[in-house]
Amino acid sequence: MMERTIIKEVEDLNVIKKNSKRKSAEWAAFRGNKIGMIALWVLIIVSIMAIAAPLVAPYDPNTQDVINRMKSSSSEHWLGTDIYGRDVLSRIIYGARTSMLVGVISVALSSVIGFAIGMIAGYKGGKLDDILMRVLESIQTIPLLLLGLMVLVAAGSNIYTLILVITVGLLPSCARIARGSTLDVKEKEFVKAAISMGSGTIRILISHILPNVLSSFLVISALHMTSAIMVEASLSFLGLGIQPPTATWGNMIMDGFPHVATKPALAIYPGLALIIVSISFNLVGDALRDALDPHISKKRK
Amino acid sequence: MEQVIIENEKEDLMVVQELKKHFPIKNGVFGKTTGEVKAVDGVSFTVKKGETFSIVGESGCGKSTVGMSLLRLTEPTSGKIIFNEENMLDKNRNELRDLRKNIQIIFQDTYSSLNPKHTIKKIISEPLVINRKMTNEEMETRVLELLDLVGLGPHHLYRYPHEFSGGQRQRIGIARALALNPQLIVCDEPVSALDVSIQSQILNLLEELQKKFNLTYIFISHDLSVVEHISDRVAVMYLGRIVEMGSREEVFQNPQHPYTKALMSSVPIADPKLKDKKQRIILTGDVPSPKNPPKGCHFHTRCPFKTEKCAEIYPEYKEIKGDHKAACHII
Ligand SMILES: Nc1ncnc2c1ncn2[C@@H]1O[C@H](COP(=O)(O)OP(=O)(O)O)[C@@H](O)[C@H]1O
Ligand SMILES: [Mg+2]
Repeated sequence: MMERTIIKEVEDLNVIKKNSKRKSAEWAAFRGNKIGMIALWVLIIVSIMAIAAPLVAPYDPNTQDVINRMKSSSSEHWLGTDIYGRDVLSRIIYGARTSMLVGVISVALSSVIGFAIGMIAGYKGGKLDDILMRVLESIQTIPLLLLGLMVLVAAGSNIYTLILVITVGLLPSCARIARGSTLDVKEKEFVKAAISMGSGTIRILISHILPNVLSSFLVISALHMTSAIMVEASLSFLGLGIQPPTATWGNMIMDGFPHVATKPALAIYPGLALIIVSISFNLVGDALRDALDPHISKKRK
Repeated sequence: MEQVIIENEKEDLMVVQELKKHFPIKNGVFGKTTGEVKAVDGVSFTVKKGETFSIVGESGCGKSTVGMSLLRLTEPTSGKIIFNEENMLDKNRNELRDLRKNIQIIFQDTYSSLNPKHTIKKIISEPLVINRKMTNEEMETRVLELLDLVGLGPHHLYRYPHEFSGGQRQRIGIARALALNPQLIVCDEPVSALDVSIQSQILNLLEELQKKFNLTYIFISHDLSVVEHISDRVAVMYLGRIVEMGSREEVFQNPQHPYTKALMSSVPIADPKLKDKKQRIILTGDVPSPKNPPKGCHFHTRCPFKTEKCAEIYPEYKEIKGDHKAACHII
């Protein structure tokens, strides 16, 4: 018993030394993850290109040039031109805009709403928890792509319905993660202490639970960016997402698809962009998880 | 004789009557209740103003559940908790909030008792923010005063809990508990996780604060030497019930219940006079599960003196001397 407590105290001291700047320690852990850092840089570059598309893209993405259609890579058109003679590189850069915009908005909405629901359900428990979780579970049983197909066919496809569908589809897993983390945090004694001081539910949720589930929030948001971008591309590919001629990676793959045998580059370039960005979000999510929340990474393994 | 009279004159601060807390055991898939954990199963005691009342017993006997119930941090199944002549269990949320400020709690696990994302200033000022209309300056002054009371300097204000040692974190927890000037502090194993040398520092601090502010403590511990050091009165718990209770001198020097005797014989006693008098009882077998406590006296499955009656009827308390009493058929 005594030995154990002494060891604990020594450990305490080590923890003090090691953690005296924990914020930077977490950042250092993330930076130490080479793959995560590369992925992060990829995303930063893609985001900058997306935001600054009009400045970066060499051509207007929608200007057709029928004489120069289906050209291979050249010094004028680095990635060649498509069937209407539009510059593929410019369209990929503008496509990043759409993908990122749809991804960021739907992930932000689903994470914020999902975490709010999950935290309340987890903290309050009881009937409310049961009902909220049942509803979300039933949404989750429908595959996201199928949900998208049904809603977009029924309601017509535009960017708002697209965002709505992806948001609703991602909500349940956010809520579940938030609920799980909340259940852990709510048993912590600092929550009991707060109750005994007279804290109400809202105060406890915002001041005590939220800061302690924020790391799962970041991790899940990063991982969900992958799903959001993939679903947006898939729906666009099926003609149910953003309508042509707007450049999106899904649309570009669809446009190139009939010519896959003769001119595979048309589908391959946007496909590569999609894969690189999706994988990067996934890798950043994993790296964030390892750096911020060893708890989740243990659970997932 | 005189002392006895003074003892009796002390006012009751908290009276607990037949407190029970049964946790339902839920069956996984359908959430059907399939049984109960009788964590606390009819506990009664009285705590007087300004004293330290200890609850001692092995891990799992229900001490923390009693502590949590006293603040209604866990909702008791039945019983009465009368604090300052008001039954805590009759109160609605708002009344409870006001009443509860007079009772604060400090915990064993100093990591989990402080929010890792908050600075020390935020942690200690939280009760003040919630309850008082104070200006920022008043608040800062009060926080520094509280830090000083527990022996920590002002340079710690903007640090985070992980930057402190276990002992220091416990001091921070104590400062937070003091912020609202409570009358009663429930101390749930406050030193059990600490190194022995630091244990005595924290115990001394608690005693010093008790004198300064006329605090009442309910002190929960499994460590008899700590309990002997700090208590005025002691209750010994076994499987959700109090088996023996009385003044510290009585319980430690004249233990009656076989379980108390067994606990006593498992700790080294410094006083050679007591050593000789002590009867050694070595416990055999495991503590039965509170899901399914033995019929009759809960202790009979491990008691070296058990009779047939013990397996049938739960013994009533017998008065030994003053308010010293024990629940056992053979005494
Ligand atoms: N929330 C809970 N749900 C179910 N059982 C519990 C809960 N809390 C405690 N128990 C059970 O109640 C008994 C008493 O626990 P506790 O009060 O923590 O004991 P102690 O503090 O004396 O170690 C234990 O058997 C424990 O497993
Ligand atoms: Mg305990």
